[in-house]
Amino acid sequence: MNKSMRAVSRLTGIFAIFQILGSAAHAAAPAALTVDKGDTAWMLTATILVLLMILPGLALFYGGLVRSKNMLSVLSQILGITAVVILVWVGWGYSLAFDAGSPVVGGTGKLFLSGITGDSMAATFSEGVGIPELVFVAFQMTFAAITAALIVGSLVERVKFSAMLLFSVIWATIVYAPIAHMVWASDGLIFGMGALDFAGGTVVHINAGIAGLVGVFFAGKRIGFLKESTPPHSLVMTLIGTGLLWVGWFGFNAGSNLEATGGAAIAMINTFVAPAAGVLAWLGAERVFSGKASLLGGASGAIAGLVAVTPAAGTSGVIGAILLGAVAALVCYWFVATVKNRLKLDDTLDVFGIHGIGGIVGSIGTGIVTAPIFGGFGAEDFSIASQVVIQFQAVAIAIAWSAIGSAVAFAIVKAVLGLRVASDAEREGLDITDHGERAYNF
Amino acid sequence: MKLIIAIIKPFKLEEVRDALTDLSLQGMTVSEVRGFGRQRGQTEIYRGAEYTTSLIPKVKIELVVANDLVSQVVETIQRVANTGTIGDGKLFVIDVEQAVRIRTGETDEAAI
Repeated sequence: MNKSMRAVSRLTGIFAIFQILGSAAHAAAPAALTVDKGDTAWMLTATILVLLMILPGLALFYGGLVRSKNMLSVLSQILGITAVVILVWVGWGYSLAFDAGSPVVGGTGKLFLSGITGDSMAATFSEGVGIPELVFVAFQMTFAAITAALIVGSLVERVKFSAMLLFSVIWATIVYAPIAHMVWASDGLIFGMGALDFAGGTVVHINAGIAGLVGVFFAGKRIGFLKESTPPHSLVMTLIGTGLLWVGWFGFNAGSNLEATGGAAIAMINTFVAPAAGVLAWLGAERVFSGKASLLGGASGAIAGLVAVTPAAGTSGVIGAILLGAVAALVCYWFVATVKNRLKLDDTLDVFGIHGIGGIVGSIGTGIVTAPIFGGFGAEDFSIASQVVIQFQAVAIAIAWSAIGSAVAFAIVKAVLGLRVASDAEREGLDITDHGERAYNF
Repeated sequence: MKLIIAIIKPFKLEEVRDALTDLSLQGMTVSEVRGFGRQRGQTEIYRGAEYTTSLIPKVKIELVVANDLVSQVVETIQRVANTGTIGDGKLFVIDVEQAVRIRTGETDEAAI
């Protein structure tokens, strides 16, 4: 009873947020909302935890996986994209995502955060409780930044720094903001269908995974792909990155509860158990199929589990989260170890293979693990069959929008700047040719 | 005077060094090198992608010894660096024409 009520109040809460954000486009502080200092403190913390996921978490995770001659180019691209998206977000991204608008994109009432002051409030999941809207703006900003930064992983070791920055401006505008609006705004298309996406399975992971895949088609394979050996230059860095991502993910998932309440605690415990199951599932698969349990396998399993639990973090029980993490890790392992090689796909750091595939498994699986029968916190009349159909539709729309929008963005960048560095530069390494520095001077 | 070049497995370096120190040899030069012989390479697997590294890490020891010590040094390195498995490495012995100690100007056997 308590559980089902929680789910119901969450949904009505989400409606409430966006009704208030939407109708009060330029107005400050609806009088009905009161701010809880604890909630505000938690959301300030959660926001910087998500920034920590990007800098240096994702940067080191990716950086360790490339050859040492391209280390700084990866770090620079992640840093640069983060900076670009932060400014795009306050400029127009937030308004296009969260101002009231059409079913596919928000309005223009909050361009450059106009009308939002320190007293403006965003609603939470509890009636009458708000958080400062600027905290909500910043929290959502970090989501936009990490999603754009994730795409880099598909294209490392060959694309221009300038091309990635221009791409981020266009992509955050025409792909991220509309999908965020469709999924999380009360007048959004996917939200209106009743799809569940607690912290960004469709908006962040499927979206980045598809964009990365599209990017590989535009940028092409690296020189020497499958002919030369390109092992990771430092799995130590990759594990440091994995740890920072996992820690930061508590901000991402438990922060998506918007309040420091039991809902955040549900998201937190799920964010512990799903990656734990993912680590062990991936390692077990490796032990069976290739003979040795590897560190990179364990790190990949953790990320696959984190990705898959993201959309379900607030509505799944621990058993469901464990299942979700393990299944996602196995499916991702199968994809990157088998299918990807057969397709000769140079999705270099497996953005599609882990975020795309893991995001799809998680988003559809959310329709299953939310059911009370699996210990989930859905309402008692929760129907797995009908929810899974809705989740499928949500995933299909996100894939289609991301694929078409990303193709447009990459085509523009390719026409204006070109995507690839010169072949000699690619051989020498992008650190020297794009940035004039080396990662390691011994 | 002979130059002895020994290519051995990296983890055998300390044992070889200790054994040669026991013969009261005065010095050696050690480098980390890469190469292949009958062992070929080794296989590494990253997210299911197999890489065969054709050049694998070895340690190269170079030392110059007086003629009467050569057979003893060669026998010692051969015995200590031996693991009985493929990839244990090789030894080469080359004539040395001249040696000079830079600090004192001593030459040949006095210099080594």
